Amino acid sequence: MNAAARLKLPPVVMPEQDPAERVHNVREVPFGFTPAMALQEAQRCLHCANQPCVEGCPVGVRIPDFIQAIESGDYLAGIGIIKQTNLLPAVCGRVCPQEDQCQESCMVGKAHRDVGQAVQIGQLERFLADWERENHAAVIPQIPPPSGKRVAVIGSGPAGLTVAGDLIKLGHAVTVFEALHMPGGVLGYGIPEFRLPKEVVYAEVAYLTRLGVDFQYNTIIGKSLTVDEVRRDYDAVFIGSGAGLPNFLGVPGESLLGVYSANEYLTRANLMHAYDENSDTPILRGQSVAVLGGGNVAMDSARTALRLGALRAMVIYRRSEEEMPARKEEYRHAVQEGVEFHFLQNPVEILGNREGWVTGLTVQKMQLGEPDASGRRRPLPIAGQTSNVPADVVVVAIGNNPNPLIPAALPSLQMNRHGGIITDEDTMETSVPGVFAGGDIVLGAATVILAMGQGRKAAHAIHALLTSTTETAKD
Amino acid sequence: MNTIRRREELGRNVIRYIVDAPLVATHRKPGQFVIIRVTDHGERIPLTIADANPEMGTISLIVQSVGKTTCEMAMLRPGNAIHDIVGPLGRPTHIQRFGAVLCVGGGIGTAPLYPIAKGMKEAHNRVITVLGARTHGLLILEDDMRNVSDELIVTTDDGSYGTKGLVTDAIRSLVNGGAHIDQAVVIGPPLMMKFTSLLTKELGVPTMASLNPIMIDGTGMCGGCRVTVGGEMKFTCVDGPEFDAHEVDWDSMIRRLGTYRTAEQGAAERYDHECRIGLDAGEAR
Repeated sequence: MNAAARLKLPPVVMPEQDPAERVHNVREVPFGFTPAMALQEAQRCLHCANQPCVEGCPVGVRIPDFIQAIESGDYLAGIGIIKQTNLLPAVCGRVCPQEDQCQESCMVGKAHRDVGQAVQIGQLERFLADWERENHAAVIPQIPPPSGKRVAVIGSGPAGLTVAGDLIKLGHAVTVFEALHMPGGVLGYGIPEFRLPKEVVYAEVAYLTRLGVDFQYNTIIGKSLTVDEVRRDYDAVFIGSGAGLPNFLGVPGESLLGVYSANEYLTRANLMHAYDENSDTPILRGQSVAVLGGGNVAMDSARTALRLGALRAMVIYRRSEEEMPARKEEYRHAVQEGVEFHFLQNPVEILGNREGWVTGLTVQKMQLGEPDASGRRRPLPIAGQTSNVPADVVVVAIGNNPNPLIPAALPSLQMNRHGGIITDEDTMETSVPGVFAGGDIVLGAATVILAMGQGRKAAHAIHALLTSTTETAKD
Repeated sequence: MNTIRRREELGRNVIRYIVDAPLVATHRKPGQFVIIRVTDHGERIPLTIADANPEMGTISLIVQSVGKTTCEMAMLRPGNAIHDIVGPLGRPTHIQRFGAVLCVGGGIGTAPLYPIAKGMKEAHNRVITVLGARTHGLLILEDDMRNVSDELIVTTDDGSYGTKGLVTDAIRSLVNGGAHIDQAVVIGPPLMMKFTSLLTKELGVPTMASLNPIMIDGTGMCGGCRVTVGGEMKFTCVDGPEFDAHEVDWDSMIRRLGTYRTAEQGAAERYDHECRIGLDAGEAR
């Protein structure tokens, strides 16, 4: 098929659960491509010589090559190509912000002057990953003989899983320490089931277990074991403890009953299954839920509220639709499901009754001024324009700071002013020799794929460190 | 899985478990707590570590059955297991030689108070202990506390044992009798901590209180355990659990403990077990 014919093919429409139905369950929203759909979407790829999509991918997945494999019907080869650089394609296919990365650079989208017309790379990635999982086709790679070196990975989120996967394949022994009772970090407690089924996450972890990675749950480094003990028992340490420290607004009323951080709200719903009426973990099922913020976590919270039976779920965001950082797909799904969006509204107080229960909030009307440091137009209050919004549950989804437990336990770690660990850009090594870090503990709250990119860099550097020590020992 | 080695009824619906948790046993210090899940579908609840035996790799947990989870736990016998135990969490108690230390325990709060009193005694403080309970049957660890105290006073609300009255009455008569106190530590039901704290503030005695708010992960991630201390938001799990009692916003903290009262009652009723005696949030330490 020539380029002109390929450009004429319309994007395949992803089949999805009907919005009216899906707000009553927690099952995944998009069903995924059938083989016929995947073939048709794969045929839209122009196989550009300069591969701008690969440039746009933080881990450099060989995108045109795996799409070619789909076109040829060789799914095993396709998933093999992805897994050379991306250990978690079933996750990334679902949660990466493709419209800002690979799909943003796609020439098909550019030809149509619409990123929405780009090849749906994420959906094709998901297709191959799901095919592999559903057909138990995961290939166990040939692992070199044990190097005799031991690596400790702190945290089983996307960064930690990547480090563990890369290093076990190079023959090192890897132990992953996880604070919670389940793996995945934010993939498990944060991202809802309807967007990332936990079965997908647990399958990735099961694969690593098959490769020999040892997972230790309910183990908090800095508490259950000291950092010194871990450094003594392991040849290298990777810290991927994430951005688990929720921000609050600092406005009056945040201690009222019915005010949640998004982390708590989502953890109750996801990790602890509070969406199930029979769960032992309670959650307040508000009738009118106000979510403060405009990122993916805000979308997840509002959509979770609907699934918990809210009659009204509102996203209250201080900038406009254009500045909203949420993925387009999450925004679209939220709108379809009936989430209300209140743009240019800044919460200034959370209101409550005499018994201490939240009753609503006061919002300040904003307008956009000049761009700020983030490049987005700065929201400015319009004097005298405030109003009240009724709500019986308020979810604060305005981001997270790096978790403080490890830095507190290892005072010699150099930190930046946001509480993140300072690392070498290329090796991810911290100020403490032999201790590496990556993901949100370095980046602040970022994305799964950036965390994985840092994990990959760190694994590379750890391998270099471990093998160079071996050579020195031989001398 | 954490196997239960011993089970002992200390009082009405109050049970002491000796349970395997080797890493916690070797790393815990007085004042710290664990989070447990009784079963693989259970909720996560915080429990203070009452004692530990590092050689045996065991810790001691004292639980009062007040809701579904604690009732489910009460059914466990030696050889059964608690599905998950994670810890030790929180900052250890600041133990030093203060001089005379007043240790005030209310109900099940005596359990976490014991290792602190022991630590204070070992740091060469004069330890004066006041234990309060609603009734004699709910008084626990009297002998253990006596062993680490220079003086011990017991009060019961109904006068069934010790002096009839509240711990605050006993503290006031101690001070009226000329007792000098350099530092106080109070652990118990939130209302008891609030009124003890109001009294020690009036008496000018610096006071630490150990809080037990609603919590999920215990690592700072969820923010559910936030309390207001000195006008600032603090997370009990990583900044506490002990705070300057005179700076704690007790009314807000007590209100937040009631967040799920309706849901908890529902769960306990569904569970429908005889061990349910009431829902004094904060007593399930």
